[in-house]
Amino acid sequence: MAEKVLMKGNEAIAYAAINCGCDGYFGYPITPQSEVMETLMKEKPWETTGMVVLQAESETSSINMVYGGACCGKKVMTSSSSPGISLMCEGLSYIAGAELPCLVVNVMRGGPGLGTIQPSQGDYFQATKAGGHGDYRMIVLAPASAQDMYDFVDLGFELAFKYRNPAMILGDGVIGQMMEKVEIRPQKARRTEEEVRALCDSWATIGKPESRRGNTITSLALEADVQERHNIKLQKKYAEIEANEVRYSTYKTEDAEHLIIAFGCMSRIGEAVVDYAREQGYKVGLLRPITLFPYPKAAIEALIPQLKSIMSVELNAGQMVEDIKVIANGRVPVNFYGRQGGMIPDPEEVFEAFVKSINK
Amino acid sequence: MDIKDIIKPENKVYGKTPVLKDAVLHYCPGCSHGVVHKLIAEVIEEMGIQDKTIGISPVGCSVFAYNYLDIDWQQAAHGRAPALATATKRLMPDKYVFTYQGDGDLASIGTAEIMHACNRGENIVVIFINNAIYGMTGGQMAPTTLLGQVTATTPYGRQADLNGYPLKITELIAQLEGTCYVTRQSVQNPAAVRKTKKAIRKAFENSAMNKGTSFVEVVSTCNSGWKTTPVKANKWMEENMFPFYPLGDMKDR
Repeated sequence: MAEKVLMKGNEAIAYAAINCGCDGYFGYPITPQSEVMETLMKEKPWETTGMVVLQAESETSSINMVYGGACCGKKVMTSSSSPGISLMCEGLSYIAGAELPCLVVNVMRGGPGLGTIQPSQGDYFQATKAGGHGDYRMIVLAPASAQDMYDFVDLGFELAFKYRNPAMILGDGVIGQMMEKVEIRPQKARRTEEEVRALCDSWATIGKPESRRGNTITSLALEADVQERHNIKLQKKYAEIEANEVRYSTYKTEDAEHLIIAFGCMSRIGEAVVDYAREQGYKVGLLRPITLFPYPKAAIEALIPQLKSIMSVELNAGQMVEDIKVIANGRVPVNFYGRQGGMIPDPEEVFEAFVKSINK
Repeated sequence: MDIKDIIKPENKVYGKTPVLKDAVLHYCPGCSHGVVHKLIAEVIEEMGIQDKTIGISPVGCSVFAYNYLDIDWQQAAHGRAPALATATKRLMPDKYVFTYQGDGDLASIGTAEIMHACNRGENIVVIFINNAIYGMTGGQMAPTTLLGQVTATTPYGRQADLNGYPLKITELIAQLEGTCYVTRQSVQNPAAVRKTKKAIRKAFENSAMNKGTSFVEVVSTCNSGWKTTPVKANKWMEENMFPFYPLGDMKDR
């Protein structure tokens, strides 16, 4: 029987990082995710696994430390919350442009600006459409529990290295602060120097052996045709990610006439709404996108023939709903219910909004 | 005498280090970058650390440093090289890690990164090229531009009330506990070149001894940006920059 420990979602990120053989964490304190670095500093993994943990002078530095570590073929990560992620967007653009693997955790809080320290899903656009400049995408995982926070660290690194692309865990203040039982996975060893060289010597900056010329990691291409070829290559990779890495779950969708789509903490409230609505005689189901990029387009597409309505429930002013409307393309009404500023709706409130939306 | 009689191995007086690639430099004639690149390459060769050295290039003219030295390179976002270097050195402590940064990169947009990397005493080498101007973007005011100096964004000369004062960042760096070696050099004549090479060598040796951050400023010319000839640029540097940016070691411990 695997060990189960009661912990916050943020603490789960820290323990998962140590357990999955992460090489380095670079961060800067910001509410509501400071427990990630606090837990790492308390655990002192540099004395056990050899993992480097460093408090940087800013989020800008954190992400650029991650950039440097990723250049070395290391499993490196950072975590922050919305305003900090905005500062990291420059670095994320470089990391995506240079095709490097890394993991970034965003425990979202309400914005814009300094906003609130309460939970939000207001960074959906920033995460899924690329917050930084240029055409790039990140692999985005949306955890709905402390266990997801734990498991997505290893998964995020796996996907990041598979595609040499930044991966993001897009959590929120609820998931970060909530305490739940988390099943601890067996300790994975950090990659040895030989393993890193075997895996990454063709591109990483790990010291040039005599057998090859120096590797250069850059996102710079001054010639237009070179840059376009690079852009096309990136888009091909993103298409491959869309073809292979979609993850989602459904709840009571088999006979559903109405579909609620919600991610993260809102998917858990969504399940309660489904049960409550069914008690009232409405055939409602839930689809929870687990990956926000790639988005479960085909799964929604497949349900559309049986649906009378879709409602996107989000902790923002309506962001994911725009993607759903593109998929539905006018074939079924797409409605939206959201709260903002750190307010979280209860299931009854969402149910009332649902009834109103199908009777308007 | 025929030239073939002269070109013989026994007559060889100078050879290019193999750490320098056979690439045509994109730098303007008279620019100091090429000389400093060569010195770093020679130090790497002489110390036998080509397989252990990671360079971090900046944004600015020397972004393309990676085209000239045959080592592994990372190209940082503007000003962020010390952050990349921090992680690289901490994750691979047996490697030699250096940043190569201009004055705009290091002393303006990257002020936070350089101060904190030096203050943490990261065991890295910083090569700081100070030519008092933004070269790549066409000669705008740099943080180190002298008072009265004419640039594309100070067409009437830098004025303290309008543009602030030139930043003596190396003096600030020398105050930080984390630095072990802070020096200011130049490369306008053979004697200066020899001194700078010695400084670069010492900086690389320090990083192997985990003594902290070594910081080598090279006061340099940008004759294109300064709109003058290479010879006049050297003279202008000696007459105007050296009094404000005096050469020599500020710290060596």
